[in-house]
Amino acid sequence: MSPLRSTLPRSGLLRFAVRRLVEMAATLFGASFLIFGAMYLAPGNPASFLLSGRSASPAALKAINDQYHLNDPFAVQYLRWLGQVLHGDFGRSIEYRTSVSSLLAARLPSTLLLVAMALVLVLAFGLALGWIGAVRGGATDSAILVSTTFAVATPSFVAAVLLQGLFAVKLGWFPTNGTGSGPVSMLWHLTLPAVALALYLIGMLARVTRAAMLDVLGQEHVTVARSRGLAERRVIQRHVFRNALGTVLTTGGLIVSTLLICTVLVESAFSVGGIGQLLELSTTTKDFPVVQAISLIIVGLFMAVNLVVDLLHPLVDPRIALGSGRSAG
Amino acid sequence: MSTAALPRRRVLARIRTSRAPLNLLCLAFVALVVALAVLAPWLVPHDPNAVDLGNALGGPSADHLLGVDASGRDTLSRLITGARTSLLGPLGVVVFSTLAGVAVGVVSAWRGGWLDSVLSRGTELIFAFPGMLLAILVVSLYGEGLTAPVLALAVAYLPYVSRLTRSLVLAERERPYVAAYQVQGHSAWQICLRHVVPAIAPVVLAQSTINFGYALIDLAGLSFLGLGVPALTPDWGRMVFDGESAIQSGYPLSAILPCAAIVLTVVAFNVVGERWADQVARRDR
Repeated sequence: MSPLRSTLPRSGLLRFAVRRLVEMAATLFGASFLIFGAMYLAPGNPASFLLSGRSASPAALKAINDQYHLNDPFAVQYLRWLGQVLHGDFGRSIEYRTSVSSLLAARLPSTLLLVAMALVLVLAFGLALGWIGAVRGGATDSAILVSTTFAVATPSFVAAVLLQGLFAVKLGWFPTNGTGSGPVSMLWHLTLPAVALALYLIGMLARVTRAAMLDVLGQEHVTVARSRGLAERRVIQRHVFRNALGTVLTTGGLIVSTLLICTVLVESAFSVGGIGQLLELSTTTKDFPVVQAISLIIVGLFMAVNLVVDLLHPLVDPRIALGSGRSAG
Repeated sequence: MSTAALPRRRVLARIRTSRAPLNLLCLAFVALVVALAVLAPWLVPHDPNAVDLGNALGGPSADHLLGVDASGRDTLSRLITGARTSLLGPLGVVVFSTLAGVAVGVVSAWRGGWLDSVLSRGTELIFAFPGMLLAILVVSLYGEGLTAPVLALAVAYLPYVSRLTRSLVLAERERPYVAAYQVQGHSAWQICLRHVVPAIAPVVLAQSTINFGYALIDLAGLSFLGLGVPALTPDWGRMVFDGESAIQSGYPLSAILPCAAIVLTVVAFNVVGERWADQVARRDR
């Protein structure tokens, strides 16, 4: 830190942002190294691992070597791969024999829509339930507490299978599987998957929000605000929720990465042709370039969201000591 | 996850006391599931893998108390036998992650300095990988099975334990008894193993109990995808997958039961773990 200090701008927030950016780049570098180096942990040599189960014809071996340059020193291989990734080139799929980027691009819209729908549900219901539980108390709170206890214990694939059984097979309100074509049909097809994906996180966010708001409710400044005759609604909005928001915000990265990874389960339960299903298929067929690309995207997005959260945190809660850097979560 | 954030509140105190029977119920449920898993070979009424296509999707009967699945396998027998793999996997995850996490946490808190920052950076790196992703990565390297995903999840859960341990040890070493032992010439190893680790153990074990439920969810998800336990081994996650086709033919029972088993077991472990963490926190205050 000290050698950098002189070159960094005076503004605390900017310095904090730069430092977090450098830290994130370092972690992302480490993560990409792990994801690339993983293929050297596989049994056998990397070439036979990458081709596992497929004919090791000279042409196939040449294709592998053109992509990974397996005869070069490890560091050279890694840096070349990293360079390509940074240019958006994730190599070629061994199973589908096309570029991984085009595979991902074709499947991106349905996953993006699914995750966006689930995120809306998580934010709307998670925050609302947490808020209501903390403010109302009593029987309402107990009901919310019990239902969120069950929500956080329900894996997304269990929710998927049960919702499918009830609303698609028995009641016939929604399609059982598939993605649909056209915006309306896609929304229609992805409603149940989005609910299944969101359920666990609604419970998690509701509990975090509730606990954070209860914590603030017990503090003296709330009593002061009330004694000054402020309307209760205003006290909750301006003094309680606003203060709790900082804690709630730190779950952002976790929410996004959980949504992304759980698409694997939900998409395969509902046969949604998205990135999650692709990850499952390429794990079964040992199509490692695709697994690498998707892993890198999930890890990268987790860190990007965490960075945004860290940068927003001091704006939401100016008390955060900028120097201390790392926030919880 | 949210245990650490449990606030000190009047409302909560009331719920705590009114929740005592619930806690007992959950403890009893955990004991029941563990007993079923241990005694499975003597309890199952049928061979869990015996296929009887003539009787496929049959409902509950005197012979098959909970009905059979789409291949005519007895659901009750599969549930009981499935409890073994469904509990053994998470147990492995929790044991490995607790041992390694405590070791990492104690070392980084006690030694501090560069070792602490290296270990903290390492755990931060692991934190960026969701457990499920790490498990999937490992499966894509080593193929389907239980051992590799269990070890991968143990690594993924390590940061939760090591961060907690680190902060607990940092607080614990400030207490006067540690200085007293140091003055008497006890080695750092002795103080850590004999006094500090036992002192922080309840909090760490409560966290590990909660981790157990999440590890169960991750491993069940993996076998739902067909990436976990081998195909024929009875397992709750796999049963949910098998039950999907039964649901679509209008016989949901063989899918609903393993779903319920997973959810109730995770609820039970979470409630027991959180309650334990709560009690420890109150005692320490």
